Amino acid sequence: MVQINKAAKQLLAPIVSNKKVGQYHQIIINIGDVAASCKPGNFVAISVGGDSSRMVLRRAFAISRVSTSTTVGGTMELIVAPHGQGSKWLCAQSEGVVLDLVAPLGTAFGIPTEPVPVLLVGGGYGSAPLFGLAELLNSRGCRVDMLLGASTGSKIYAPMEGKRAVNSMRIYTEDGSMGSAGRVTDPIPEIIKDLNVAVIYSCGPMPMLAAITKISNEFDVVHQCAVEESMACGIGICMTCVLPVENEDGSVSMLRSCIDGPVMDGSKVQWDQVGQQL
Amino acid sequence: MSTLDFSTTIGNAWFPAPTFTASGCASSGRELAQFFPLRDMGGVVTKSVMSKVRPGRPTPRMAETPSGMLNSIGLQGPGIDAFLAKDVPYLVEQKARVIVSIAGETIEEYSTLARKLRAVSGISAIEVNISCPNVENRGLVFACDPEASRRVIDGVRRTIGGELPIIAKLSPDVTDIVSIAKGVVDAGADGLALINTVLGMVINVDTMRPHLGGKTGGLSGPAIRPIAVRAVYQVHAALPHTPILGMGGIASGKDALEMILAGASGVSIGTASFGNPTAIMSIQSELKQLLLDRGFTSLKQAVGFAHRPLEGE
Repeated sequence: MVQINKAAKQLLAPIVSNKKVGQYHQIIINIGDVAASCKPGNFVAISVGGDSSRMVLRRAFAISRVSTSTTVGGTMELIVAPHGQGSKWLCAQSEGVVLDLVAPLGTAFGIPTEPVPVLLVGGGYGSAPLFGLAELLNSRGCRVDMLLGASTGSKIYAPMEGKRAVNSMRIYTEDGSMGSAGRVTDPIPEIIKDLNVAVIYSCGPMPMLAAITKISNEFDVVHQCAVEESMACGIGICMTCVLPVENEDGSVSMLRSCIDGPVMDGSKVQWDQVGQQL
Repeated sequence: MSTLDFSTTIGNAWFPAPTFTASGCASSGRELAQFFPLRDMGGVVTKSVMSKVRPGRPTPRMAETPSGMLNSIGLQGPGIDAFLAKDVPYLVEQKARVIVSIAGETIEEYSTLARKLRAVSGISAIEVNISCPNVENRGLVFACDPEASRRVIDGVRRTIGGELPIIAKLSPDVTDIVSIAKGVVDAGADGLALINTVLGMVINVDTMRPHLGGKTGGLSGPAIRPIAVRAVYQVHAALPHTPILGMGGIASGKDALEMILAGASGVSIGTASFGNPTAIMSIQSELKQLLLDRGFTSLKQAVGFAHRPLEGE
């Protein structure tokens, strides 16, 4: 049996920078050697609120990108939306503040062995980890196209340098305030046909992941999605972040999105049964 | 350099340290092994296991609350056979001391589970969880009923004979925890685990419905610690010779010491591990130091120390 949390380390890591980027915060943290073991898809669990915090649980954030060659040593970048108590606390921390974190956690996006065309789909700030992934896929010779969507333009996260590794990037907003008006899932069938897409990678809200799975199943395309369920521990001990997933034998089990995910095979997740009694 | 005997005993089981995981808060132990050697703590109390595979309750299963959290897992697990085939051998290989926690829907299920454990080597004790709050029928929380509690423990005791120590895990959601404790000890429990989570609810003000899929959940974390300290204190006063595993919101060495002074012979750490995978290791070293600072030469001297008479009495 594979060891659980195999690469995970707990460390005290200082914030290198914290910048507001539109509605989000870009937070860079010095994690030293740990950066080398972080892969696109992995996440980090961070203690929030300081020593006298009434928030007893860590907060999980997708690692959007790592760098092993900065002047300060290895770093990780997080894109954080300050909408809950914990994320608001994190976004309020300034350079030099030392965070107690555990990383890397969870599964990573699988990289194709052949240089095939791939489509990356991000919803809201769920797009953040896709840029690091795009660079990796691009370096392996894959043609990378990207779709970003959100309810409104200010919720799109698309850094300028993110476009370097992608062949095309199209933006969809439901209110039409940026890019095309509509849902990010609307153009997927056409793109699959036009570009002969072999793998879809997605990250964003669960209804978006479910909608993409429907399309990927129809066209028989591999769909690797990063799921988001509320977690208490992030390391597999609390059993709160489970999702119904089909096993090899066709039965369905409640798997932990922290250690069996966050990256899962979309076709195996039983989206209709999420939140239901098995 | 003063030395400290940090060991503790529950029935005939000896543990080098009084620090344990809390059942349901460490899965089967494997997940924590990346963060510290499992043999470095007193023992692993495994997640309560039932006879069959159990999917557990629907999501959402968790809600953070001030200094605590509600959980509504509903005893998800692999079933006793898969557990004994995979999880116990792993823990034994890690040289961890193992307390297996069992849960049943009927009195017979507990006895059946005990029968399967009787011949398994490497187990130090059995925790009989009669108090999980996350079941459909509150009538099935045996620990809320003195007679049902007694009958479960009696059945387990008869099945496993006198070999393995039995620890009964009780609920604080009762009018008189002392009478329940006395009942299970009379029926053959060697020790008590106090307390399970406290039944609670959170309502989402946006959806205006209960937040948890299972509607109610068990409250844990520092928010319930005073309830746990009170329960341990009351039960130790009534049953001074029955070892107690104290638990409920222990997050520091000081919290652990409080529980020991109230009468616990050992402590279990649950929710603190969710927030910090190495919590048990820090609690253990802090507790050692606090005992030494107070002049204790053994953990046992400190057990129930808060009950000693006032000077001059």
